Amino acid sequence: MDYTIRIGGQAGQGLQTIGAVLAKLFTRAGFHVFTHQDYMSRIRGGHNYYQVRLSDRPVSSSRSLVDILVSLDKTTVEEHRDELNAGGMIVYDSETIRQKYEGENFLDVPSRQIAMDTAGNRLMENTVAVGAVLGMLGMSLEILEALLNEVFARKGHEVVEQNIAAASAGAQFARENCSQCAFSVPEPRSAEAGATPAGGGAPGRMLLDGTNAVGLGALLSGCRFYTAYPMTPSTGILNFMAAQSKKHSLVVEQAEDEIAAINMAIGASYAGVRSMTGTAGGGFALMVEGVSLAGMTETPVVIYVGQRPAPATGLPTRTEQADLLYVLHAAHGEFPKIIMAPGSPGQAFHLTGKAFDLAEKYQVPAFIISDQYLADSEWSLDGLDAEKIPYHDYRLRAGDLAKLDSYKRHAYTDSGVSPLAEPGASRHLVVTDSDEHDEEGHLIEDALTRRLMVEKRLLKKMPLIREEISPPLYYGAENPEVVVVGWGSTYGVIKEAVDIMGDSSSIAMLHFSEIFPFPDPEKSDFLEVLGKAKSTVCVENNATSQFAQLVRAETGFVFDRHLNKFDGRPFMLEELLDYLGDAGRNDV
Amino acid sequence: MSELEDFRGQNPAWCPGCGNLQILRSFKMAMVEMGIEPHELIIVSGIGQAGKFPHYTKCNTFNGLHGRTLPVSQAIRLVNHGMRVLAVAGDGDCYGEGGNHFLHALRRNLNITVFVHDNQVYGLTKGQASPTTDEGMVTGTQPFGVLYEPLNPVALAVSMDAGFVARGFSGNQEQLKELMRAALEHRGFSLLDILQPCVTYNKINTFQWYKQRCNPVGVSHDPSDREAAWRLALEFGDRIPTGIIYRSDRPTLEERLPEIANQEPLVKQPFSQGDVISELENFF
Ligand SMILES: Cc1ncc(C[n+]2csc(CCOP(=O)(O)OP(=O)(O)O)c2C)c(N)n1
Ligand SMILES: [Mg+2]
Repeated sequence: MDYTIRIGGQAGQGLQTIGAVLAKLFTRAGFHVFTHQDYMSRIRGGHNYYQVRLSDRPVSSSRSLVDILVSLDKTTVEEHRDELNAGGMIVYDSETIRQKYEGENFLDVPSRQIAMDTAGNRLMENTVAVGAVLGMLGMSLEILEALLNEVFARKGHEVVEQNIAAASAGAQFARENCSQCAFSVPEPRSAEAGATPAGGGAPGRMLLDGTNAVGLGALLSGCRFYTAYPMTPSTGILNFMAAQSKKHSLVVEQAEDEIAAINMAIGASYAGVRSMTGTAGGGFALMVEGVSLAGMTETPVVIYVGQRPAPATGLPTRTEQADLLYVLHAAHGEFPKIIMAPGSPGQAFHLTGKAFDLAEKYQVPAFIISDQYLADSEWSLDGLDAEKIPYHDYRLRAGDLAKLDSYKRHAYTDSGVSPLAEPGASRHLVVTDSDEHDEEGHLIEDALTRRLMVEKRLLKKMPLIREEISPPLYYGAENPEVVVVGWGSTYGVIKEAVDIMGDSSSIAMLHFSEIFPFPDPEKSDFLEVLGKAKSTVCVENNATSQFAQLVRAETGFVFDRHLNKFDGRPFMLEELLDYLGDAGRNDV
Repeated sequence: MSELEDFRGQNPAWCPGCGNLQILRSFKMAMVEMGIEPHELIIVSGIGQAGKFPHYTKCNTFNGLHGRTLPVSQAIRLVNHGMRVLAVAGDGDCYGEGGNHFLHALRRNLNITVFVHDNQVYGLTKGQASPTTDEGMVTGTQPFGVLYEPLNPVALAVSMDAGFVARGFSGNQEQLKELMRAALEHRGFSLLDILQPCVTYNKINTFQWYKQRCNPVGVSHDPSDREAAWRLALEFGDRIPTGIIYRSDRPTLEERLPEIANQEPLVKQPFSQGDVISELENFF
């Protein structure tokens, strides 16, 4: 079983609510779920869709072909009617969209009328649509009822009951009128099949997108200060953290611009708390001098960069992986930095934890690069292992400092890592400078100190940081003939393509999520795997194969092929399968 | 308690006769009088001649980037409202490169103090016009003279209902010290714009020029009277009023932000993963 439901319409019509309810419901029912969103940069109107895929097998990508197309407007029908799978259905309400379609594939559900009849409220039409989808799939409404209870409990019993009535009527209508519906969905898995969350809550699966995964990772890493200037697709983290600040001791500040944001994050970190900022490529451009400041003052800071198509304002609400080399090379001068590029919400959670830990351990800026696709895509997962988020306070606090006779913020050490103290917590002064400085942190200009500081700050630390970097994830056949390489958000689609093609061909994936310092080829056999393969493909959501360039610079390895997509949209599963099918035929 | 000697830092590399030297002396005197010890203060400075200030005394120091003293200072204060935070910047730093931050710091009203060493010129980069350079001044990069209106930081701050607005003159050390004390004691954002000669690059606004014009505001001036403050703020010519120009008792951001208001500074609040782990449950 593997169904894709696409809900399309104008911004403001509530398609996001329908999608979110369905996704949560399917997750609760025990299915594997993957969602992705395609929206325009406008608050009302336009054409947007929310796509939910459910399956009884793990899924980690979106498909181009649709099984149920919920059309809240005419455009959705026109744009997507040719993308129906065999047996696929288009659900719509001829009254709302003012158009009647004939044909086997159309199911005209009078949602607005049903909403009026059952609840006396046309606003319930979306609930009717949700019910209709469940009716078409032959699913019971039990989980939906529970969900409606949770969502609308605040609005009172009556609203809950109206919603339930509307959903039931929608389901019944679909069951009675969709004789051509041939969908079949297995019984929901029993709840205990899912993992119990680490915190003890309800068992079952989680549904989590990349944005909230990063937020949760930051929260569990002890992030106490988050600051940003809003910019899609990073604003979700600002929202998440702001909501947390009402419950936990955490200060969230919307800065006047990105320059302020990064300088604030650095100031907070200097003062002694873990801090983070987030933005997209354009905002990051404004932050760049601050990144260098973190490098020079050896101030830990975590920076989230949500990529979107550029140059300049580009396509604000769409996706691309074209800022890798920019982030890597951003900021003047030479100093260590760390770059994580998670490929799934699970990875985003854990790598955010790792970014915080390494940033503080080595006193360097650490980046998490994501993109709109990963930020907005929800995955169902069997819980998150919060125990694996490291938390160790590397700073010297009042107690530690009281024991010291003397203190130098930038003292020379074997590892290059100097003691990081909380200023004001003792009589020891904490001094640092964006100018080159001596061990105490005071401005100097002499050649010897400069050389020793570069050795301390950069040359000594860099190899130690590299030791911490995990090798790429290897997935698929042993001794593969075809190796597909990706980084960041292409993980899910590549993994699924390898799963599907693995039955009939010798194929494997190498996925890089810890990108810089570049994983040491001595520590794992990824270079040998690549070297032995008959065909190697690097898949990237950009035009110039930036990751392939990095691999070549770091290892000398040159890929046979590059698959690039730069239309602002993510790779669909069929797209990758078609490409790899051809690549396989040519080379194997 | 502290003594002047406690605040001895590196030997200043400023030009002989530079106003910064007097500002530094007034500052040390203020510290000693207030009984502040070096570790009880964080100075955040920018880049410029003024930015070197913290190295020439003793204190916790974050000498950051040109123009960015205020974001750094404000964040420090947000996470540790138990610390005194002083930002030290040049006129170019605070009103030019960091102008946007200045506007928003006035709005936030966190309890920090900023000393702007206002020599009406870019000293470190050798004499280009700054936002406060007088109209008409010819420089290497303004060969036709400055063609625009100078920025009036005091009027700007009064117009934004700033917490505390004062103007000092490096040549009046006794008054300057008192203004420093008042600024540091004010609860809320305090701006102290300090006029100082740049002996090398500003041949117009010289020590004598300031000395002839700077005139302490009379005892009759009530800094809480915004209209009177506004009139004083606009005076910058033959007579330049020095002293506390304006004072409002707007509540500070620390007092209004629930995460820290009436609580221990954030940096002292303990963190445990156990306190936040339940947030995962919202995604089941
Ligand atoms: C981003 C950036 N731009 C430019 C400079 C060069 N710069 C350093 S200080 C300065 C101006 C200094 O003027 P001011 O802030 O008034 O300080 P002063 O030296 O007069 O005390 C400039 C332009 C810099 N360091 N950083
Ligand atoms: Mg100046």
